[in-house]
Amino acid sequence: MSDQPLKRTPLHPAHQALGARFVPFAGYDMPVQYAGGVLAEHRWTREHAGLFDVSHMGPAVLTLDEPTGDADADHAAVAAALEPLVPGDIVGLKRGQQRYTLLLNASGGVIDDLMVARPLDEGRQGSLYLVVNAGTKEGDFALIGQAAAGKATLHPLAGHALVALQGPEAAAVLEALLPEAADLVFMQTAVMHWQGEELTVSRSGYTGEDGFEILVADAAAPALWARLLDDARVRAIGLGARDSLRLEAGLPLYGHDLDETVSPVEAGLAFALSKRRRLAGDFPGAARLQAELDAGPSRVRVGLKVQGAPAREGAQIADADGRIVGRVTSGGFSPSLSAPIALGFVPPALSHPGCVLNVIVRGKAQPAEVAPLPFVAHRYARKA
Amino acid sequence: MHFTKDHEWVELDGDVATVGITAYAAGQLGDVVFVEVPEIGKALKAGDGMAVVESVKAASDVYAPVSGEVVAANGDLPGTPEMVNQDPERGAWIARIKVADKSQVDALMDRPAYEAFLDTL
Repeated sequence: MSDQPLKRTPLHPAHQALGARFVPFAGYDMPVQYAGGVLAEHRWTREHAGLFDVSHMGPAVLTLDEPTGDADADHAAVAAALEPLVPGDIVGLKRGQQRYTLLLNASGGVIDDLMVARPLDEGRQGSLYLVVNAGTKEGDFALIGQAAAGKATLHPLAGHALVALQGPEAAAVLEALLPEAADLVFMQTAVMHWQGEELTVSRSGYTGEDGFEILVADAAAPALWARLLDDARVRAIGLGARDSLRLEAGLPLYGHDLDETVSPVEAGLAFALSKRRRLAGDFPGAARLQAELDAGPSRVRVGLKVQGAPAREGAQIADADGRIVGRVTSGGFSPSLSAPIALGFVPPALSHPGCVLNVIVRGKAQPAEVAPLPFVAHRYARKA
Repeated sequence: MHFTKDHEWVELDGDVATVGITAYAAGQLGDVVFVEVPEIGKALKAGDGMAVVESVKAASDVYAPVSGEVVAANGDLPGTPEMVNQDPERGAWIARIKVADKSQVDALMDRPAYEAFLDTL
């Protein structure tokens, strides 16, 4: 364990005022729940709008060192500085488009998953907006900085907070402050202004609901947080419900469902291998991933509906004959389904929905049926 | 009522001890979503795991505060685990244990001592 004191986000006093319970998470003292509790917060987000402090995550901007002033050429150049690390088509991003991608190691394992966006504004072409995970940000930033050296420079956005507003009422809430937010569809981003402050707003999140992620300078973060919470449709939501929401949405959590031994094909993230990149095979681990695409991986990530006690991370998965065939990588209780659910890896032959397996919880086998992912349907605001 | 440092409560009636988890423990756990109660007839030594209470986030063992035999278990809890949050120190009793040695109960904290203990946490 580290002896470093826990870092605090600029919203820490606001969480204290709301009666939050705090836990250490990736070096930060973060709210795991507020007074209402995880179940109520989870349900509120599914029905209304939940406000999350995700300032522990790692926003950064990668900027071309010598822009030419030709917007498309400058975008292509900065994208080319990042592409050797990821399997996504970054050059092909349209203005204002965001993409989920992966930092891969030489054997195709996942170093991190991240969001990459091409700015909307003409004046910002030749830069990329990135958001990486909290626990991996130092290593990610070093990796990207080194890979881009001589071409582009990575600027971590220290001094900024990141908040997420998620749920079916998130759009109506945000549009009251920022009418331009209505122009964004899922996985689009734009810079907007609120009370003289610059906000980078993306229509994205990690709950399966429609919603937004908003980058704001530290100094303005408490006022934005308070203004959003003033809306009766909005409640503050802690990391506990953030985890149960993303689990129901079937979204993998780095460090649990994804790590450097897991390939994106195994993890069900083959969609992140963009066609141009796949055909070119010009990303780390391309040979392994292409082989897995051709012949099938030896294990795949599945959803499990568990009977009995929740199966937590590390629980073994057994087949009908009692042979251990895999392991739960994250699991818990689904408030929406009122039942335990889990994500884990099993051989492809046992991965079809309806396949009946067992999870071993405290030494006892409990039935667990493979379920289609997501457990709870996504409700993203996609283009009509 | 007596209390353990693991936040179980014990109420002795004759030689039968009713056992549950304290309001403090329930509050710390948060929303309880699963309870496993012990089987009737199970012989327990003080300190043995006797039940499991799980919140959304984590599983927590409940330890037998005293030695003895399980003579009853609260069959309502597995179907309504939220009772642990709603009524932890009464309705959400977990098991009744026929105690072998009643002095084990006297050795536990009384309420003022438990509250003083909570102040140290």
